[in-house]
Amino acid sequence: MASEAGGAPLVGVLALQGDFLDHEAALQAQGLRTRQVRAARDLQGLHAIVLPGGESTTMLTLLDVEELWQPLGDTLRSGIPVLATCAGMILLAQKVENPSQRSYGMLPITVVRNGYGRQLHSGTFRLESDVLPKDTTGTFIRAPRITAVGPGVDVLARRGADPVLVQHGPLLAACFHPELQPGSHPVVERFAAMVRKHAVAGVGL
Amino acid sequence: MTDKHPIKKIPGFTAEEVVSKIGFCEQLKGGVIMDVVNPEQARIAEEAGACAVMALERVPADIRKHGGVARSSDPEMIIGIQKAVSIPVMAKVRIGHFVEAQMLESMEVDCIDESEVLTPADEQFQIDKRVFKTPFVCGCRDLGEALRRIHEGAAMIRTKGEAGTGNVVEAVRHMRALMSQIRELRGLEDKQLEKKAIELRVPCELVAWVAESQKLPVPNFSAGGVATPADAALMMQLGAEAVFVGSGIFKSGDPAKRARAIVRAVTHFEDPKVLVEVSKGLGEPMVGIDINTLPAQERLAGRGI
Repeated sequence: MASEAGGAPLVGVLALQGDFLDHEAALQAQGLRTRQVRAARDLQGLHAIVLPGGESTTMLTLLDVEELWQPLGDTLRSGIPVLATCAGMILLAQKVENPSQRSYGMLPITVVRNGYGRQLHSGTFRLESDVLPKDTTGTFIRAPRITAVGPGVDVLARRGADPVLVQHGPLLAACFHPELQPGSHPVVERFAAMVRKHAVAGVGL
Repeated sequence: MTDKHPIKKIPGFTAEEVVSKIGFCEQLKGGVIMDVVNPEQARIAEEAGACAVMALERVPADIRKHGGVARSSDPEMIIGIQKAVSIPVMAKVRIGHFVEAQMLESMEVDCIDESEVLTPADEQFQIDKRVFKTPFVCGCRDLGEALRRIHEGAAMIRTKGEAGTGNVVEAVRHMRALMSQIRELRGLEDKQLEKKAIELRVPCELVAWVAESQKLPVPNFSAGGVATPADAALMMQLGAEAVFVGSGIFKSGDPAKRARAIVRAVTHFEDPKVLVEVSKGLGEPMVGIDINTLPAQERLAGRGI
């Protein structure tokens, strides 16, 4: 499914476990190229990177086994655009609860894993946002809940009172799954615009 | 802009069911779902990188040994496992036993396996899975079984294999049958698709969807007989999107090590170098059973067709 032909910006998608193929398809639909990242060598020459949905504990285990924790961290801190969905957001958060677990800590938010309950409470909910089109929805699957937001973090969308889409410089993170929803989701479009702008500025690795 | 978005309209599913029920199953892809019988095993599985656990009283190998009627597990045991881990917890119900399913849904089990590994409760009807909000996974041996289960509302399919044998041959047979039957639908005319739908006993739209997309409308996992990292990678190369491992892990010599190895094998299923590395010094695998020595009544895959 990886596509590297042509001159469009190249987005790496962490492919240790989870719905990385769905992220690739959503990004390719935006005209971006994608590459599955399973080893440090896959991080070379990326214009952006995606931490997909899946199980954060599985990803943490494999990041260690693959000796990818440090090189991926360097890439995430390099200033290229990052999209983190669900489990991906948990990996970026400064603080993780329920249970507490290791994370990159680059995104000043506190998240509670499965903060909206088990799968029975999963579903699609209306988002309130000043920057997304009216009637934009988000599909929450055993989603993490953001319970605290630090300085410098923009809250771009809320579900009720809870922040669910946040941006901190080049980091864009969602509690929900824009890659699963049919058609082109505004969050994916926003990320694609960030990637293009960054690639044009020529700051790719 | 190409329209490559994977989630299309799926016959018989509402748009919301596609994203929230099937979407849950999409999150498990590229992962390993492990059978566990107590909280301690569940924690070992989670630490090894399992993307979910299947809570049950006896792994299939012991169900075989024990004999008698195998039923859904003690709720107390399942709740203990739910408390022990943060990854999704699945549990099994007997084929057709919708009350066991109602109980698991009320316990907020993340996914229900209507499983041939337990003794079937209904020989005529499988559970009407559409009335549940919880996603179901069901086994299949071929495309007909897969599509009948999806038509009943299954959000995930796993090939059955022959559970509790540590022998991958049936899992391979079922995955090959499924994939080749999907390929055979390519390019069929409407009339031929209609005939196929009658033969498979499912609505024509479902057959047409598969003919066009060349895949099942729901994630397609593998189960039944996976005992080694190589077995898991084999099923992935044959087309599985994730792997269930039942008796293969906790009936082996060093479960934690084997669990980690199989998790890594599924991520790197196309990289023989990694497969060599993870397969070194794993200790004793579970003792396997030659399928040909199994009397017909002890073969589980023939249940629920």
